Amino acid sequence: MTSASTPEHGQLAQALADGIVQIREATTSDQLRTVVSALTGKKGPIASIKSSLGKVSDIEARKELGQLVNDALAALGVATDGRSRELRAAEFSSQIESERVDMTEIAMSANVERRLGRMHLVTQAMERLEDVFIGLGFQIAEGPEVETDFYNFEALNMPPSHPARSMWDTLFVESEVDGSVVLRTHTSPVQIRVMQDWPPPIYAVMPGRVFRKETPDATHMPVFHQIEGLVIDRGITFADLAGTIESFTKAFFGPGFTSRLRPSYFPFTEPSAEFDIRRHDGTWIELGGCGMVHPHVLRAGGLDPDEWSGFAFGFGIDRMAKERHGINDIRDMYSDDVRFTEQFS
Amino acid sequence: MKILFSILREMADLPNDPDAVALALNSLGLAVEEMDVVGVPVPGVVTARIVRMEKHPDAAKVTRCFVDAGDGEERHVWCGATNMQPGDIVPLATLGTTMPNGMEIARRGILGIDSEGMLCSEVELGLSDESSGLLILPAESPLGVSPFEVLGIEHDVIFDLDLTRNRADCWGHLGVARDLAAHFGMSLRGPRIAGTSSGSAKSLDVLIDAREQCGSFTISYVSGIAVGPSPRWVASRLAHLGMRSINNVVDASNLVMLETNQPNHAYDADVVSSFRVRLANEGETLTTLDGQTRTLHTDDLLICNGATNAGVGLAGVMGDLHSEITDKTKALAIESAWFSPDPIRYSAIRHGLRSEASIRFERGTDPNAWQQAAERFVTILRETCPDATLHAGATVVQTASCPVPVSVDVSVKRVESLLGIHIESERIVSILNSIGFVTTIKGDVVTSIVPTWRPDCTQDVDLIEEVARHFGYDNIGKTVPNSAVHGRLSNMQARRRILRRVLVGLGLDEAMPSPFLAAGDLATVGLPEDNVLRIANPLVAEESILRTSLRPGILRSLKYNQSHRAPQIGLWEIGHVYPKSDQQLPDETEQLIIVVAGGDVQTSLAQWNAICDALSVGTQLDQSRIPAGLHAGRSATLARGKKVVGVVGEIDPLVLDILGIEGRVSVLEVDLSVILNEEPKPVQAKDINRYPSSDLDLAFVMDDSIPASTLQRALRQAAGKQLVSIDLFDVYRGKGVAEGFRSLAFRLRVQGVEATLTESQLAELQKACVAAATKAGATLRA
Repeated sequence: MTSASTPEHGQLAQALADGIVQIREATTSDQLRTVVSALTGKKGPIASIKSSLGKVSDIEARKELGQLVNDALAALGVATDGRSRELRAAEFSSQIESERVDMTEIAMSANVERRLGRMHLVTQAMERLEDVFIGLGFQIAEGPEVETDFYNFEALNMPPSHPARSMWDTLFVESEVDGSVVLRTHTSPVQIRVMQDWPPPIYAVMPGRVFRKETPDATHMPVFHQIEGLVIDRGITFADLAGTIESFTKAFFGPGFTSRLRPSYFPFTEPSAEFDIRRHDGTWIELGGCGMVHPHVLRAGGLDPDEWSGFAFGFGIDRMAKERHGINDIRDMYSDDVRFTEQFS
Repeated sequence: MKILFSILREMADLPNDPDAVALALNSLGLAVEEMDVVGVPVPGVVTARIVRMEKHPDAAKVTRCFVDAGDGEERHVWCGATNMQPGDIVPLATLGTTMPNGMEIARRGILGIDSEGMLCSEVELGLSDESSGLLILPAESPLGVSPFEVLGIEHDVIFDLDLTRNRADCWGHLGVARDLAAHFGMSLRGPRIAGTSSGSAKSLDVLIDAREQCGSFTISYVSGIAVGPSPRWVASRLAHLGMRSINNVVDASNLVMLETNQPNHAYDADVVSSFRVRLANEGETLTTLDGQTRTLHTDDLLICNGATNAGVGLAGVMGDLHSEITDKTKALAIESAWFSPDPIRYSAIRHGLRSEASIRFERGTDPNAWQQAAERFVTILRETCPDATLHAGATVVQTASCPVPVSVDVSVKRVESLLGIHIESERIVSILNSIGFVTTIKGDVVTSIVPTWRPDCTQDVDLIEEVARHFGYDNIGKTVPNSAVHGRLSNMQARRRILRRVLVGLGLDEAMPSPFLAAGDLATVGLPEDNVLRIANPLVAEESILRTSLRPGILRSLKYNQSHRAPQIGLWEIGHVYPKSDQQLPDETEQLIIVVAGGDVQTSLAQWNAICDALSVGTQLDQSRIPAGLHAGRSATLARGKKVVGVVGEIDPLVLDILGIEGRVSVLEVDLSVILNEEPKPVQAKDINRYPSSDLDLAFVMDDSIPASTLQRALRQAAGKQLVSIDLFDVYRGKGVAEGFRSLAFRLRVQGVEATLTESQLAELQKACVAAATKAGATLRA
């Protein structure tokens, strides 16, 4: 490589050195732009060297000088970018400083208040229960709240005038035949509807609203909610019932909780049981009733008791919400009072 | 049902550990609601005679009593009671005694005169919840001994059982004792029976007319009666069990019922010496033991004096006041019957008279318990009437309605397949035998004769429950069935959950007002009341109508919150409505309502847009149909073709005025049975159109009577497939626009489908749009 030191070489080195100093010394983005266009513009020092390239007769020397011109331009570009970033950062920092706000003040202002609504505690509890049962392999069935005597009582092994009907204080709906239409006293009629409509095997829970002729007090409402469970399959046993209740207990309340069954009586199950949940502190809460579906009930649902067996269970949803949130008076839950609702996000 | 530990322990050798017994009761399904320890003697309390009494001039409310506690020492005690007199024997709590309530008896003075103890009432001794002064003890009581001993008050435990409907037998101690004896592996003795040596045969005549209602009627003749007070232990046990002591005969009758579950009635055999059981006649009256004269119903079963055919008792419910035994009674006719449960239940309901007897008969008694009951009756009586004799030849008349023992087969395999645990046939047999079933086993089948005290056991599952109960529910184990079903929400349920979350996201709170309305509630909000169903037996008249709309309830909740200084609220409810239908059941559907205090028509339309977006549904606004109860100028129905699925807008200001709600209230109501049941197909992707788009801004003037949607529809059609979006960006009324017209400015974003639209294509499109708008009744605004 012929590395002759021509006057052009010297001018180029000088222009580059001067240019870098000017770029470094620019104090605003505008000044930098002016400096850069002067350096690299048509009338700038580099341009004049570039235009004199033609005079270099030696091809190799011309090539070399041309490369040096390009390198100088690239070096100026790098210096420009660096300085430009420095200058803009400084400029934005003053803008940022001038835009400083008190975030806590804004947080408190009405403009940012975007309160989400609240689901009713019963709905919240219902969804949590449904989710746990879905996890255990159950589907969810629903039924009408105004029911016929057949579904609410008769199909559940309580023929007309059966004394066990008095276990429920029933609200009757006026109808052509007195007493033939009721506000369902429990979610159990849905059991029959599901048995009639769904082909077995059936693994279903049936949450919903139920009605009793009861004067409201701190622990009772005439309108409240239950969830009913029904399993119908081949070879379903009482042990399966106990195990399902136990799985539910652990899934819903937590691994430290256990369950037990105690003999009881319901017309629609035999054997029947109450189920209790044991808290961490060793105390027991009575939760609900359960049992093996009575053969009469299976038949009412159109199933052959010699082929199918099953269990059912049911308990109150309102009480779960009441327990969970430490509510003293269940009537508060039905007051629709926003001062009450707001507490529960 | 109250059960006394002492009686249970007489009937079977149960462990002397009330807690263990309570646990056993619970595990047997005889739930113990409460356990009360009663009659615990108070050391330091002794019997004392009041020697003399004095008033102190400065202490009007108290009396100075000088008492002799049998130790020759005269003690002075201040006493606030007034029911005593000199000579009475009363309980004296001596100095240093700790009373059941924890109070310690110390030397305390009034007016400088010390009291050397305290005279006690039944309450203070923990014997009763109420008393009307000092406990006056029997006159011949020895002095200086425990009054508990004098009274024969037994230290006892009361188990208050919450009995289930099926366990009729446990309304007597015997049934409970039988279950416990089986549980603890002890034999059952039953009630103590002694010295009832039968005298000469004596049978009284019995005639049963009402053979369907009366299955069995037995009369036992007992002579040698002297009516007087009961032994103290009888009175004490009755008191513990919640019954008052009357006399030795009535008390024995009651105690026998409580022990054996056999209701019975004792007549003076010299007054009523023959019996007839018949239905009451129209208008016939009877004065029951509670002193009330009752007009009977022809379905009431009446026990009559066979000689006069006059009623002596409302069968199974209560005796006749005038046929009560008296001091002169020398011989008894003891009636023990079996009545059909339903007629007794209805009689008791008709007369508002649920007696100890009717409660038992309506659950089902044992038709074969009468003899044991009669023998126990006489055993108790003989403590006060040593000559009491139960005569042989009791009259027993049974009819076809009398229950006979049934036989039930249970297969051992079925026990296993239902319970999920293998139980040996020997174990099944021994469990059933231990509670009175008579079993034989043949191959896999255990055949049991069900004892007549267990009317609830009629088929194999009932017996399997008995086996499970005594095997122990806790011993059965826990397994989880293998479900072939996949747990999931249905499409409708999943969509309902999306809806709930959208509502919450819109800042709205869920309300849950009562679904019951008062007459007029619907009319108040401008809705018809002609298709409602009524509750036949409402709790209160204000809650007698089943809602056909969610509106009255939620507006009440809104008003409630507004009056509690929460003006800016939005509420929603998803709930059922129950309009009358031509079927047996109402046309029950699930509905959504949203109301916002201070909200307007924009609020509700924005909410509906959000819901439509979330659920991929759409409706047309139809303002030509004005929904009832809504603002006539600011509401519309939501239609899908011809079907109305909801209403949107604002509540009629008149309705708000009547309800006393301030400001506007926006409302959205949707029939969810339509919206949630849809299953939108997955949207299929279109390629992104990368040609540049152009905007056409077009303002039109149009008559107020033509809906903006008409113009929008015209523009949409005219722009055709090139249209990307159309927005109404300005609505103007006022200067420059004629009265009764408004300017509507639309921005149409258009884009070529196959190439960028050229200037001339754009001009053509604009021309087409203007032409379409003109046809729709709009004029391009200059």
